[in-house]
Amino acid sequence: MSAPSQTYDVAVIGGGLVGASIAYGLAKGGTRVAVLDEGDIALRASRGNFALVWVQSKGMGMPEYAGWTVRGAGLWPQLAAMLKADTGLDLCLEQPGGFHLALSEAELEKRKGLLQRLHNQPRMHSYDYEIMDHSRVKAMLPEIGPQVVGASYCPLDGHVNSLRLFRALHTAMERAGVRYLPNHPAEQVAYEAGAFRVATPRGEVRAGKVVLAAGNGNARLGPMVGLDVPVRPQRGQVVVTERTQPFLRYPVVTVRQTDEGTVMLGDSVEEAGPDPTVGLPIVSSIADRAVRMFPRLGGLNVVRTWAALRVMTKDGFPIYDQSVSCPGAFVATCHSGVTLAATHAFVVAPAIAAGRLPAEEFEVFSARRFHVPAAA
Amino acid sequence: MFRRLPEASGASVHLTVDGNPVLARAGDTVAAALLAAGIEHCRTTPVTGAPRAPYCLMGVCFDCLVVVDGQGNRQGCLVQVAEGMRVETQRGKREIGR
Repeated sequence: MSAPSQTYDVAVIGGGLVGASIAYGLAKGGTRVAVLDEGDIALRASRGNFALVWVQSKGMGMPEYAGWTVRGAGLWPQLAAMLKADTGLDLCLEQPGGFHLALSEAELEKRKGLLQRLHNQPRMHSYDYEIMDHSRVKAMLPEIGPQVVGASYCPLDGHVNSLRLFRALHTAMERAGVRYLPNHPAEQVAYEAGAFRVATPRGEVRAGKVVLAAGNGNARLGPMVGLDVPVRPQRGQVVVTERTQPFLRYPVVTVRQTDEGTVMLGDSVEEAGPDPTVGLPIVSSIADRAVRMFPRLGGLNVVRTWAALRVMTKDGFPIYDQSVSCPGAFVATCHSGVTLAATHAFVVAPAIAAGRLPAEEFEVFSARRFHVPAAA
Repeated sequence: MFRRLPEASGASVHLTVDGNPVLARAGDTVAAALLAAGIEHCRTTPVTGAPRAPYCLMGVCFDCLVVVDGQGNRQGCLVQVAEGMRVETQRGKREIGR
């Protein structure tokens, strides 16, 4: 199939938050884009995530990632405004600052030490944060229980309605001219004479550039275009309560009240392979910690639980890379598709359109960081 | 709108609905007692504020949510009336403490 309609400037493989953010940014800049996506049963972190726009505690071991995240949080209001203008959808972005609560003195000490070490790193992009005792926290979060010893608070943190973000990105990218191709999972990607051919069960798509944004699928697709993308699924589970009157003005890293009133509890981490099933031991420990933080949550009914798969690298940081052997092939993968949505649309997309990820900004995120010689 | 069947029997049970006395019969569910008392709306929805009344009467539709003795979001069709029970109609989302 070589019909002109099948040839694009860029084929983005993956229609989740990362792929859609990049496709939206590319199309806004006038690039002709196709997004090749799986179908409704795709394993999507974009539908299972916790919806935080989160800064505090990220970047231990890679201070550039802290800077990248701060920049992403700062660009978010611009993305929310653009998507509102393009689609009419209100993403309910709120960035009032966020809390990480400690349920013992030991937890609070650990938290304090972690943030000190984080901010003491050379080249760290420092930002404000505060360690608070129980009474300081109580003044801002009146519903906390007596077991909350203290907290770290960072004024840059926030949250958003991430399902609406997902829908808005898809609506906006198509309005901006993106050709969205659902049920087109990429089976093979081939590089030939300076262009790419992506084979799908519904035919071939040709493009001058290709962006791998297929989440955990990038591990399989990368080597086809000379990219190493060592990612693995990491399970997280979420519990959701019935709607209740607003009681929580600030998001907590494990508890947040959505714009529609439900309370989401989460942030579990499990190495369970590609298995997105919910397990009672994790769910009950999530609920137990949440009720110790906010005792009155205990009276609410739970209406949903689910598990989703993060896209995780060995060091927990994103991979942005470009292929040497197949120029024009890029990869973007992270476990923070919500927090980094604006960065992907406004920073990554223009770099891809220009044909190169500038080394000064992206070198540190290359998968080459995993290729250190093994110690003898 | 509703009338009790002439052969229906049962001892009288006294409740309050939003503070007003309501007479029900032993064996009534809260939802049935509200309907028999001519109370047309038991709650408004959490997002749009639309009025709702008991509908399926078998525990499925969750339209009959009310506050029973201080606890919000009880399914009125699954709770039997009891002497002195305090029922409140619910406006929007339940509050976290009740």
